Amino acid sequence: MSKSVTETRALVEKTLRRRYWAERRFRAYGLVAVLLGILFVFFLFGSIISRGYTAFEQANLTLDIFYDPAVIDPDGQRSPDALASANYNTLVRNALRELFPDVQERADLRALSQMVSTSAAHELQARVRAHPELIGHHEKRRFLAAADVDQLLKGKIDRRQPEESRGISDRQIAWIDHLQQKAGLRLYFNSGFLTKGDSREPEQAGVLGAVVGSAYTLLVTLLLSFPIGVAAAVYLEEFAPRNRWTDLIEVNINNLAAVPSIVFGLLGLAMFLNFFGLPRSAPLVGGLVLTLLTLPTIIIASRAALKSVPPSIREAALGIGASKLQMVAHHVLPLAMPGMLTGAIIGMARALGETAPLLMIGMVAFIVDIPKGINDPATALPVQIYLWADSPERAFLERTSAAIIVLLAFLIVMNAGAVILRRRFERRW
Amino acid sequence: MPYAVLFLLIAALAIVGYWVGKYRALAVVGGGKGIRQLHSLPSYYGLLTALWAALPCVLVLIVWGAFQETLVTSIVKRHLPAGQLTTAAGQVGLFMNDVRNVASGAVPRDTASQPVQAAADDYRQLQTIAATARTGLVLALGVVGLWLARRRITATLRARNAVESLGEKALLFCSLIAIFVTVGIVLSVLYESILFFKAVAPHKFLFGLSWSPQTAMRADQVGSSGSFGAVPLFLGTAMISGIALLVAVPIGLYSAIYLSEYAGPRFRSWAKPLLEILAGIPTVVYGFFAALTMGPALRSLGESMGLQVASESALAAGLAMGIMIIPFVSSLADDMITAVPQSLRDGAYALGATRSETIKQVVLRAALPGIVGGVLLAASRAIGETMIVVMAAGLAANMTANPLEAVTTVTVQIVTLLTGDQEFDSPKTLAAFALGLVLFVVTLTLNFIALYIVRKYREQYE
Repeated sequence: MSKSVTETRALVEKTLRRRYWAERRFRAYGLVAVLLGILFVFFLFGSIISRGYTAFEQANLTLDIFYDPAVIDPDGQRSPDALASANYNTLVRNALRELFPDVQERADLRALSQMVSTSAAHELQARVRAHPELIGHHEKRRFLAAADVDQLLKGKIDRRQPEESRGISDRQIAWIDHLQQKAGLRLYFNSGFLTKGDSREPEQAGVLGAVVGSAYTLLVTLLLSFPIGVAAAVYLEEFAPRNRWTDLIEVNINNLAAVPSIVFGLLGLAMFLNFFGLPRSAPLVGGLVLTLLTLPTIIIASRAALKSVPPSIREAALGIGASKLQMVAHHVLPLAMPGMLTGAIIGMARALGETAPLLMIGMVAFIVDIPKGINDPATALPVQIYLWADSPERAFLERTSAAIIVLLAFLIVMNAGAVILRRRFERRW
Repeated sequence: MPYAVLFLLIAALAIVGYWVGKYRALAVVGGGKGIRQLHSLPSYYGLLTALWAALPCVLVLIVWGAFQETLVTSIVKRHLPAGQLTTAAGQVGLFMNDVRNVASGAVPRDTASQPVQAAADDYRQLQTIAATARTGLVLALGVVGLWLARRRITATLRARNAVESLGEKALLFCSLIAIFVTVGIVLSVLYESILFFKAVAPHKFLFGLSWSPQTAMRADQVGSSGSFGAVPLFLGTAMISGIALLVAVPIGLYSAIYLSEYAGPRFRSWAKPLLEILAGIPTVVYGFFAALTMGPALRSLGESMGLQVASESALAAGLAMGIMIIPFVSSLADDMITAVPQSLRDGAYALGATRSETIKQVVLRAALPGIVGGVLLAASRAIGETMIVVMAAGLAANMTANPLEAVTTVTVQIVTLLTGDQEFDSPKTLAAFALGLVLFVVTLTLNFIALYIVRKYREQYE
């Protein structure tokens, strides 16, 4: 007997070291897994921010523009048509020529004027039409530089690369160096990125159109999904009898929450666009589709909020003679409202990041104008990111990352709002 | 009158109705003194009157709005040149587009063809008639409803009960929307899929080995007859989802175990939200990350090891997707592990087991059904994920088992088939709906099984 105990002891002690090792190893695996996950978060944010922050600055150069009457208005009539149709590129080219008197070849001149963004001519046109009295005078104005110049200044194009693979010639690099000294070519804060719509030219493209499109879409979503979601939650939590129908509704809601978002896009395409004939690419349809998508989230969150209101409140209200609807409307809903709003914000944050269903209903069009209503063709912020990520131009890469930064900033603000709302108003009973 | 103005008018009518009803109720009982003779509070009489005035108007307006365009279109269609009546639905759509453009003045009238001009005049006239009729009908309905409701008001009218039963019905209707959505999804996807299966046999679609959806646009075009064998897509989807699960399940499970069993409350309180950030990042961001960071990195890594890695490899998309679903797996597994009763752990400790032995041999085994359910949910999410694969996986339908090559998935094909130009009669476009049907059925089945397992498991310990 005693022998077997000592034997067992010896056996246990022999394996104990191994078992403790296994214990430590297991624990280390767990820690590594957690740290790996956190590392991914930082890596993701780091790679996006490091790629994208440069897009908030943009290369501009200042040119001394001579509003040459011979170019703008040879007739001297100052007629609006003549002012509108004049060749303002010539003004830019002349200004550049003065900086580089030794450039004579046509091809070289063209390459030279390509270093200023095409927006310069439009700006000059607008300026002259607003102030025709400028004609015949000189003025120093700041213009966007072309995307390649911008990328070189930011170091995104390597000067040491061979000329062919660089996309910008040695000659142009020499000019850029010259412009940096003579025309104040340098990086300025890029306000255009936040105040302009999309463009084919990277240096002129901005996110405002997409942000406004997203805002309209979310507005429609919020106005529809919040009342409907709350009403559905109230019914299921406060009124529904326990029977097979209620079970069916519940199973349905849980399943809808896990249906791939692209399937909602198919529904939107077949139902809203083809059957009801609503306009393509419109925030209205986007909002409708996202409503269906966020409804389960909002219903589930609202039910949880209703559940957290203690039954004593209900009993007290019923006890003093309130009807059931009065009890809900006057007592339960106000108490559950912070929780419901938190759920709504989280649902909206999800809707803001949703891309696939919007692709299905045609919100992928290239749209320059900033939408003015829920029926205007529009795109949304994540769709804009998708479109820019597909663009071959190198300069769109940093724009895409910058648009992602804008999107993430909105998401962080929304989620922080939800957290604050919860901390502030959540009551523990 | 535009819809927005009409809705405002109806709202105004409802407000008028509210006050009319309220004062009528008070007048019936002879002012404030007689208020105790009323069955309900005066405001309920007001609400009832407002509902009688506004509700029929809104319902009529919604139905009208849904069918006006279809009706007008079907009338205007008779202007279509005789030969084209029989042609495909796409032609009719083009014709109606022209008509609408001319009618709205977006296209100058004299540039359009003769039938389009006639149709546009007709269209504009019908629209005017419809708008006038709509306004007249709605306003008449509102006024009549208000008047009727006012006439019905007596001291014994059970106004509160009427308003509340209507309110409850409205709540019920809102909760039924979830069912309508499911039915809507099934019907719309099924309808287009049936059209597709008329052109392509279901077994050729489900078991065919070659996918090239380019069909000939014209009858005389050669080549590209289109083949719709979806097996390569299914395999591609399975491979990318498999890679994602290989990444997400171990990392998610181990971090759930560490966070729920080992970590102190302080570590847990900041590590868990940080991990869950991964779930809040939009998928388009992962797609960008996979396409522009992960893809090139894997490529150069492969080159340094002498491997040929496609720039849109399944591996890059799978890895990014795996990172995305880590928090999904970990929070579900966390729930399941914390649901295991403490008594089971205490029993194992009492037998001399170490912590890891307890976890491996008791806790995980007890939580296994729940964890399997969670993994199934994660798998269904991976299968339905769209943006990551659209941006980072390829378009060519390769049948390969090599994760370093480019494959395509069901969702990628749905997006490529449905963005850009589409005609709704070609099998190419309809194929997207058939793929959508498969996707819907598969994810629904997975969810159903997973939710069933999870619910069963929860009941076990409650």
